[in-house]
Amino acid sequence: MLSQINRPRQQPVLLVLTLLITLALGALPLLSYAANRLVSGQPLMLWQVTAGWLLLLPLLWLWLGLWWPPGRGAALAQLLGAELLFALLIGIGGHAASELARSGSPLARTALGSGLWCAAGLALLLAAEAIRQLSQQTPLRILLNLQLWLPPLILLLSGQLDALSLLKEYSNRTAVFNAAFSQHLLLLGGTLLPTLLIGLPLGLAIARRTRWQHAAFSVLNLIQTVPSVALFGLLIAPLAGLAAHFPQLARLGISGIGVAPALIALVLYALLPLVRSVVAGLQQVPQEVRETARGMGMSGWQQFWHAELPLALPVWLSGLRVVVVQTVGLAVVAALIGAGGFGAIVFQGLLSSALDLVLLGVIPVVALAVIFDALLRLLSALLERGHD
Amino acid sequence: MIEFHQVSKAFAGKEAIRNLSLKIEKGSFTVLIGTSGSGKSTTLKMINRLVEHDSGEIRFAGEPIEQMDARALRRRIGYAIQSIGLFPHWNVAKNIATVPSLLGWPREKIAARVEELLALLNLDSQLASRYPHQLSGGQQQRVGVARALAADPELLLMDEPFGALDPVNRQALQQEMLRIQQLSGRTVVLVTHDIDEALTLADQLVLMDGGEIVQQGRPIDLLTQPASDFARQFFGRSELGVRLLALGRAGSAARRGEWLEAEPIAAGLTLREALSQFIARRTDKLPVVDQHQQPLGVLHFSDLLRQQEAG
Repeated sequence: MLSQINRPRQQPVLLVLTLLITLALGALPLLSYAANRLVSGQPLMLWQVTAGWLLLLPLLWLWLGLWWPPGRGAALAQLLGAELLFALLIGIGGHAASELARSGSPLARTALGSGLWCAAGLALLLAAEAIRQLSQQTPLRILLNLQLWLPPLILLLSGQLDALSLLKEYSNRTAVFNAAFSQHLLLLGGTLLPTLLIGLPLGLAIARRTRWQHAAFSVLNLIQTVPSVALFGLLIAPLAGLAAHFPQLARLGISGIGVAPALIALVLYALLPLVRSVVAGLQQVPQEVRETARGMGMSGWQQFWHAELPLALPVWLSGLRVVVVQTVGLAVVAALIGAGGFGAIVFQGLLSSALDLVLLGVIPVVALAVIFDALLRLLSALLERGHD
Repeated sequence: MIEFHQVSKAFAGKEAIRNLSLKIEKGSFTVLIGTSGSGKSTTLKMINRLVEHDSGEIRFAGEPIEQMDARALRRRIGYAIQSIGLFPHWNVAKNIATVPSLLGWPREKIAARVEELLALLNLDSQLASRYPHQLSGGQQQRVGVARALAADPELLLMDEPFGALDPVNRQALQQEMLRIQQLSGRTVVLVTHDIDEALTLADQLVLMDGGEIVQQGRPIDLLTQPASDFARQFFGRSELGVRLLALGRAGSAARRGEWLEAEPIAAGLTLREALSQFIARRTDKLPVVDQHQQPLGVLHFSDLLRQQEAG
């Protein structure tokens, strides 16, 4: 009996997360309801929300699961509980919003409340912890984490969430949102291509030349220390000057503000993590592997292709991951100099104090970063699996 | 097979090899021995041009090596090192097949060769699909040797290949190297600082110090007629006797036509190991059987002395 009471202590992370979810659902508002998009909303607690009590089922399940003997079974139960909770939170939010919309004025807004945001985030953490205990294999872990997003995605696509204020902002601004989306991807692609074209050869060139390495890294480090807004600003004057002197450049779309300075700054920021990972990747190739590759008569190119590239690639991919996530985030700031993207929506929301509009810009940025991160992780995990 | 003629090499102005002349016969097992920093590894690496010599001439099969294409030269020479340097992202079969693949052998020929080499080095053929980190140290070194032998090289260079192994594995691999070398008549040049290993393997022993050759010749000559104080010191006065015994075999020292009913010893045992058996069994006569377990003769304790004189 005593050992059973002690069980939850063996799962401290799960215990803490379950406790925090309970607190978030019990003490923080699940939704907030406002008469229009500019006034601040009335908090709605769990018990004031239609079908809110349904959330107690997965919560109870999670609490009971803590007393299960630790193992795959318990981890699977925790994962199911967390996944159900996450899906229900989104679903009940959408459902309650459409109920409220039916009774209230068309201007009224129902937004997701702090309790729901916190509980959803904690449910994802809980699921990730359960997945960690469930499987040792990185690719499987990543896939399990990605499938958590299927229920909310289905709800979103089937229109169940349309009554939420966030989606109302979206339907009011579909064209703006879609333009921002493609612009953001353009900024990402436009940054990655030159970064790879410059960073890979630079990294390869300096990997064996210590003196050049010091020089290159001190320049790149210096760039990295300049705050992003300042760097964007610094580029305005020279580019505006160039465009004024060479009208051809201006006709190509180069000017002090807009995409050109944004891409230059983003590439400059992206170079340091990429070049560093290229160099680190090559440096961790064992010396004896190089020596035998040479001793067996491989040409320089064959040594690179057969020995250095495959052994350095996982490190390079993790560098690329950092670059992608960093660029997706920094591109938001680039909106300040007129580069567009989701940053434009975020700043518009901030200036008009419309929180939902801010979220409409922020959520896709976070989603993009998470998705690219997971995909690159998956890729490098699959590569590593080749020789496990 | 290989001739060094007044070869010198300096690293950053510091002389590593001084005026070295050396002839390695085809089919010989040559061991370069010396303290660390004596230049033995550098000498070895100059043969496959991992280190380029500064002056003098090195000939491989009669041809000066600096006139040969370095990559083509290296593909004719097997190379095995202490840290093995297997490719961690390739399985055993692919590691062994490195040089044959570089040479563009057909797939079936490579597969057959890999199979053959696994058998030659007493490796289970199931290991072919394993990755290096799934093998024990001894298995990894066997794969390293198999890889060096893969393209049937005219010459095999080994840089302390057994240095990182435990005594049991080390001895087993030494015996296998001897067997492989005698089987194929291949020329082997091996670097070691382990005197017993050198005496077990070498038929030509080259003692080096400070980038120069102190003495070269048959192991027995270096033991019995050291050319300098350094050579005498190096082979150790106190252990000289047992080292001499290590050069002889029980089979050749045994008295034919005699027999004794007792637990026999194998003909391939060194006299040093036989001495150990005499002491352990508190006897002065040991029956010796050949490799087919047939009676060969009897080894008397006094034969150990006779053998030393004959050497």
